[in-house]
Amino acid sequence: MFKAFLIKYGEIGIKGKNRHLFEDALVQQIKYALKPVEGEFLISKEQGRIYIEAAAEFDYDEAMEHLQRVFGIVGICPVVIVEDEGFEHLVQDVISYLDKRYPDKHKTFKVHARRARKNYPMQSMELNASLGEKILEAFPEMKVDVHQPDILVNIEIRGRINIYSEVIPGPGGMPVGTNGKGMLLLSGGIDSPVAGYMIAKRGVKIDAVYFHAPPYTSERAKQKVVDLAKLVAKYAGPIYLKVVNFTDIQMYIYEKCPHEELTIIMRRYMMRIAEHFAEETGSLGMITGESIGQVASQTMQSLAATNEVCTMPVYRPLIGFDKQEIIAVSEKIGTYETSILPFEDCCTIFVAKHPVTKPSLKVIRRSETRLKEKIDEMVQRAIETAETIVAEAE
Amino acid sequence: MEVYFDNSATTRCSDGAKELMVRALSQDYGNPSSLHGKGLEGENYIREARDKIAKTLKVNGSELIFTSGGTESNNLAILGAALANRRSGMHLITTCIEHPAVSAPMKFLEEQGFSVTYLKVDRDGMISLEELREAVRPETILVSIMYVNNEIGAVEPIAEAAKIIKEQNPSALFHVDAIQAYGKYMIHPRKLGIELMSVSGHKIHGPKGSGFLYVKEKTKLKPIIYGGGQQKNMRSGTENVPGIAGLGQAAWEAYQDFEEKQAHLYRLKGALIKGIEKESWAHINGRTGTDSAPHIISLSVDGIRSEVLLHALEEEGIYVSAGSACSSNKPAVSRTLQSIGARRHLDSTVRISFCGENTLEEVEYCVKTLKELVPRFQKYIRH
Repeated sequence: MFKAFLIKYGEIGIKGKNRHLFEDALVQQIKYALKPVEGEFLISKEQGRIYIEAAAEFDYDEAMEHLQRVFGIVGICPVVIVEDEGFEHLVQDVISYLDKRYPDKHKTFKVHARRARKNYPMQSMELNASLGEKILEAFPEMKVDVHQPDILVNIEIRGRINIYSEVIPGPGGMPVGTNGKGMLLLSGGIDSPVAGYMIAKRGVKIDAVYFHAPPYTSERAKQKVVDLAKLVAKYAGPIYLKVVNFTDIQMYIYEKCPHEELTIIMRRYMMRIAEHFAEETGSLGMITGESIGQVASQTMQSLAATNEVCTMPVYRPLIGFDKQEIIAVSEKIGTYETSILPFEDCCTIFVAKHPVTKPSLKVIRRSETRLKEKIDEMVQRAIETAETIVAEAE
Repeated sequence: MEVYFDNSATTRCSDGAKELMVRALSQDYGNPSSLHGKGLEGENYIREARDKIAKTLKVNGSELIFTSGGTESNNLAILGAALANRRSGMHLITTCIEHPAVSAPMKFLEEQGFSVTYLKVDRDGMISLEELREAVRPETILVSIMYVNNEIGAVEPIAEAAKIIKEQNPSALFHVDAIQAYGKYMIHPRKLGIELMSVSGHKIHGPKGSGFLYVKEKTKLKPIIYGGGQQKNMRSGTENVPGIAGLGQAAWEAYQDFEEKQAHLYRLKGALIKGIEKESWAHINGRTGTDSAPHIISLSVDGIRSEVLLHALEEEGIYVSAGSACSSNKPAVSRTLQSIGARRHLDSTVRISFCGENTLEEVEYCVKTLKELVPRFQKYIRH
């Protein structure tokens, strides 16, 4: 029955002079989200409201599913928009709306009318009373409840008149693209896609980098990371994924450095390479899925050791999360099933039996000097040979 | 150079099978159950396939039930025989190195109240006939033993086993999973004393989704798929005419110049083993001579995880499998390797498997590549 949605947004409504920028970004994101949905949609901005109107028949459930992933949207209201042809017409429209939307009339209701257009001949209070009366006449089973009605019938008098009674929650957050860009270190595990999702939710556009170590990691492991990027792209928009061949660097570290320091040193080189790409492509920070104490490489000491190599801020949105909490988000956003597919990523393959948990920066720096002969050249080659894959939502 | 040494996982469909299938798909596409001439055309493909396969086994065409492949054949044999004969007893016997397509239905039957005896194997993966003799009881209704083990190529003593089973309990049925054996050995179920035998099409250059179960006439078996009553009620569902046609053709081709083909496979296997057996890192699991399957080599390499070696070989164009590829991509622990006592090599074993199209040059290239790769990767053993 619905041909249109009224989009409510919260936070971005209060951004002062920048408000139109945020609204434009939200419109852009809605357009992107609806692109794969069959049908044609007209998206318009009007006085603190965004309207989506379908030009023809469309799949309501599919459109709703896609809209619920657009950051910045607080609520989605399926709305009936009618022309203003006098009060009698409006009564008919409201009654027909309620009849179609609520086949079971044993409900309580309240009319909530607002006039954005003040030249409408009736005042809001008057509209509430008169419409309520007409509804009771038409549906004697319905009752009025002004405190906790089952149905809150919203009537908004604007150029045209909006009739709606449902607000379906959106994901909140801010439209992607309004807060710059970040470089996500994507591994293929459970945490990093969630980290990307959470930062994207704050309006940050996401690029990503994945460290591939053939033959220690397989093509399937790489495909899994691409699939994860595509899933995050459902929320964050298209993701430019850099795939870096890390095998040589990893083997070289393995050959030259103490094995229990391998993971830390490896991660330091990952950060260096990620930062290079971040700078090159205009990211303002890096994003990881680290959480304090989860594994040996994520103790406070280890984080300090990996953090030391970059100058750019590193955002760790999961830093205070327990694993269960991270899993809950990954299930909600739909990345969990892919994350737990059993392909090794390059962090797990050379793990020592007892990796250091409290690395000393001094020791790590000294170990790294053993790499000085070839490492710069290897890093350079890894950067030059990196492949770029554009991961778009499917 | 691209070298496909994963023929126990699947094989390339033969051109002959493919051409027949294309005809059955696009030209003679009738449903065999339809009464008109188009239906008859479809039926003819099945009749031809039946004849071709029956000749290779020296059985009647009417003793074959076409299925969707090896897994279904094994399920039909085991579940069907257990259901049809449960009044005679609730005891089953199998081995501890069967493919999951046998061991999983066995496990299911255990949950339904049947009891199952699992025969142990020795270091070469061979069952003990003495243990089998002791295991067969008056209430044993089915014994299921694989002909060739899919992971290490052990060849079980099928004829002897059949004799012992019949001596101990003439009414016990004998099922043989011959999925890795059909096409590699001359198999005559009647002479061997086999009542039920499973075969898969795609292991012998036929199409995926095709297979059959040989059921000796008068064997009591209940269907596991119910519906329109096709194939004398034993396997409902419109026959997969193209699949069956391709399977029949592939079966026929497999037994053309059979001796020469088998000898060729043994030559390949011998050359590969000879090429690496002196290397300190190479451990071949199971037997290696003509008392083992001609097409399967199980190679364990100290300290290199099978997945790593597999991908390293892949980079050089050589395709092998890690453990048993059939059981999906999960890193599951191989029951066969556990059973033969290869604990040390559970996750460092690859399977190399040939087909008649492979050449000695390919084997030499593989030997050369292994000799280069293994020492290189052994430098980076995980401690």
